[in-house]
Amino acid sequence: MTHSIDAHPQEDVIQIQDLRTAFGSHVVHEKLNLNVKRGEILSLVGGSGSGKTTLLRQMIALDRPVSGVVKVFGQPVHGGSPGRRRALRRRWGVMFQAGALFSALSVYDNVALPLRELRTLPEDLIHDAAMTRLALVGLDARDAAKRPSDLSGGMVKRVALARALALDPELLFLDEPTAGLDPDRSDAFVDLLKDLHRQLGFTVIMVTHDLDTLFALSDRVAVLAERRVIVCAPVAQVLAVDHPFIQGFFLGERGRRAQAELTPSRSV
Amino acid sequence: MPVFCASGAPLMAPSMSPPPTAIRWQSDTDRRTCILAGDWTVHALARRGEVAARRRALGDFTDDTGWDLSGVTTLDALGALLLWRHWGQRLPVHLTAPPIWLAVFEILASQPIAAAPAVEREWLAPVRQLGDGMFAALSHGRDLLRLLGQLVLDLGGLLARPHRGPWREISAQLYQAGARALLITAMVGFLIGVVLSFLSAQQLRMFGADLLIVKLLGVSIVRELGPLLAAILVAGRSGSAITAQIGVMRLTQELDAMQVMGISHGQRLILPRVVALAIAMPLLVVWTDAMALLGGALAAYVQLNLQPAYFFQALPRAVSAANYWLGVGKGVAFGGLIALVACHFGLRIQPNTDSLGRGTTASVVTAITGVILADAVFAILFRSVGLL
Repeated sequence: MTHSIDAHPQEDVIQIQDLRTAFGSHVVHEKLNLNVKRGEILSLVGGSGSGKTTLLRQMIALDRPVSGVVKVFGQPVHGGSPGRRRALRRRWGVMFQAGALFSALSVYDNVALPLRELRTLPEDLIHDAAMTRLALVGLDARDAAKRPSDLSGGMVKRVALARALALDPELLFLDEPTAGLDPDRSDAFVDLLKDLHRQLGFTVIMVTHDLDTLFALSDRVAVLAERRVIVCAPVAQVLAVDHPFIQGFFLGERGRRAQAELTPSRSV
Repeated sequence: MPVFCASGAPLMAPSMSPPPTAIRWQSDTDRRTCILAGDWTVHALARRGEVAARRRALGDFTDDTGWDLSGVTTLDALGALLLWRHWGQRLPVHLTAPPIWLAVFEILASQPIAAAPAVEREWLAPVRQLGDGMFAALSHGRDLLRLLGQLVLDLGGLLARPHRGPWREISAQLYQAGARALLITAMVGFLIGVVLSFLSAQQLRMFGADLLIVKLLGVSIVRELGPLLAAILVAGRSGSAITAQIGVMRLTQELDAMQVMGISHGQRLILPRVVALAIAMPLLVVWTDAMALLGGALAAYVQLNLQPAYFFQALPRAVSAANYWLGVGKGVAFGGLIALVACHFGLRIQPNTDSLGRGTTASVVTAITGVILADAVFAILFRSVGLL
């Protein structure tokens, strides 16, 4: 979270310029530009194979684009000294699609790991931080002792979120946060994210296919098609764009249903 | 929430330039006030010794200390928790803080920090571990026996209806475990042959028994070393691969998928591997033998000036055919044993990374130990065969 009195609310947290990604001769991104503003929740959508997850991985420096610049907090994520890159990585949290919890560690140790890795914090403070993070995502002390293999799908997502939040990131990356959850749990998870976002004020970049999640959470939606971001705007404006992918994705039967359900609650 | 201003008096800093320290004490007429400033985030606190230093500077907590957080520029959960713990998990009575920081503490106050469940320590743990180990060994034995029984049934089925056998899988495994192991077995066999011949040649020359090297090398390599070397290499190479492969199939639920499609694990996974290794191993044994003997002949030529032509002429007389068949038979038995053990451990792997590592290690160690035990059994059973 890192509340800061002198925060600039409109400053761009992520800037992507002229990004090009290609696997062999298959070009995924070409001249792709995207800016993410501080404090917003941005959803990345696109068809299968449009390179949403690749783009996300490039933002968190797991993959490297062929050319182009990815800047997070104004610093290029690729290149630079290892120390600077490490410092940058501590300012963001990532929640992977399948959780990516360390199966050899308990839930508590999973959440405590990023704090322990700093190697300077005393154990009592780590304990408090890990337990408050777990409480924040709605898990209690009994769950803390469990192994990831004993958790249900929804709990895995919660623990993964708690771990992503362990270092109070200013920026949170979510890859399909509600995939594989039943509608009830999915809604609960969306509410949880909304609450946390309000409390902690981080910026969220999320890849999602789930229209309910998308409508409920996004401040802006970036649509990936034709190898670039064709539009990045609030949902209402995106819907007005006349593009076959957008029309198919949002205005199909499921899209209309999701909008109808969520329009009243969005106006609150 | 009771929030009182620490003091109405204007800040009378002792020195006019504000020091960079995050914690400063100020004594007033009615109470001492702790003035916090600067960065209170994980990034500041992660500096070596920073937490301890700040805790020292915070001193002892008393109820009538005043707290002033107006100068704090950034604060996150870790910084808040540091103060929260110092305050005894409640807000101090005399606190001045901007609403944004108060909100952070309100979140903390709304959820009391639960204690992480302690790891239970049993004083009888060694006894329990012994018991667990015994039961685990028992369950391993039972599972292996069941696997062996199923394998016999599957083999019977294969013989009864050969056209429905998993020939494609068998051939693939044969290539993986057999053909691709040729290089490594050749290399190791050749080197062992050279070393063995080199060392024995020195001893034999002392006794003038140079010609005995053919019999010495022939019997030891064909009967013992060839099969054992090949088995150890295959256990390390293919045994671990089989365990890891089946283990990952458990992780990715492929095993479950096969089961619901009515494809039996025994038929499709275990039978092809056991059959393939039982075919590949004797061939690898013969190959390793040949390479080791080649190395031995070469070293004998260098060391004793024994012509390779003589070496290979004398070999059939020195080593009876029974020894070859014994070596080949050992190959069949070792191959089947390695595959069976590897499959057994693969099927027992739990869906987590820890189990995969332990299972693969256990598989290789058990396979090699089993091979050596089986070799001892062979040595006892066939002690009167082919040694005269």
